[in-house]
Amino acid sequence: MVTDPLALQVTAELFPNGISRYAVGGLLVGLGTVLIYIGTGIPAGASTFLESTLSYVSDQSRFQRYVGSRDWRVVFTLGIILGGLAFAATVQSGLVTSSLYEPGTTGQLYEVAGVTLWMTEVQPWRLFLGGILVGIGTRIGKGCTSGHGVCGVGSASKTSLVGVVTFLTVAIGTAQVVAALGVSP
Amino acid sequence: MSDDRHPLFKPLIFVGGIVFGFGLGFSHMARPEVVLNFLQFDDLGLPFVMFGAAIVSGIAFALLPRIRDAAPLTGDRYERRLKPFDRNVLVGGAIFGVGWGLSGICPGAAYASLGVGNVTILWALAGMFLGAYAQGYWRSRSQARDTAVTGAD
Repeated sequence: MVTDPLALQVTAELFPNGISRYAVGGLLVGLGTVLIYIGTGIPAGASTFLESTLSYVSDQSRFQRYVGSRDWRVVFTLGIILGGLAFAATVQSGLVTSSLYEPGTTGQLYEVAGVTLWMTEVQPWRLFLGGILVGIGTRIGKGCTSGHGVCGVGSASKTSLVGVVTFLTVAIGTAQVVAALGVSP
Repeated sequence: MSDDRHPLFKPLIFVGGIVFGFGLGFSHMARPEVVLNFLQFDDLGLPFVMFGAAIVSGIAFALLPRIRDAAPLTGDRYERRLKPFDRNVLVGGAIFGVGWGLSGICPGAAYASLGVGNVTILWALAGMFLGAYAQGYWRSRSQARDTAVTGAD
């Protein structure tokens, strides 16, 4: 079979790190969601943890509605953190290698006790200010990239599809403006 | 939904979280730079993560209600994730979008990012809790005001 050089070139430009790490990672994210759904019937999103955890320390009525789910949401989040660490200790550290994984060159790698860890170079003010807006927006907008983007879209929910299109469009615009202003990283 | 849940309830949530977080690490969504690269059209990989995950969960959401009535660990019925649409979805989505576009970080990916060693992400997590608290404070107040008004009728 003759491969089309134009198609290859376009792929290399649009996907400089290949597609497989994204596709495999996405399948695993979906699998984690499915495991929880099969056992519990819960389509779990990641952002309610912010409000449900605040119910431990705040009496505001808005947070108290999440008292019933706050414990398992802490467990879910601890699992996500540990999953990230498991990835760092295996694939990121080079202990497990796969042709499906493209390492990439962003940020900084450093080592602690034989585990290769990774740190961002995106400036703290961007993370902090962005975090505040994400915290406000995800709770007012009823979901985040996992709640709307994975569980909601997976449910073919019109609300979630509108939510995803909204935040994706605005995020692209914002990132373009921020980059055009010369903010980097 | 109470304390008499199945003893495997939390362990299963934990394992699901680990697989979820590992996937976020593997896909590099735990790296804000990679998300920002997508939003700036330098690397279009991100939709493969979000829609790949949505397809996998979508298959389960469609099939399970036909196989079983209720989930074994909770007795809850298998239902899709459907939320009512109102203006908040657009307003909140837009605010979320500005934050996501500025920082390259969203809640699930931020937790996983801490796991891959990105201690700088604590700035984003602190911001998220602050933002979630601010809207919760404000909405608790406006809700209390609304009930006070309707109660006076």
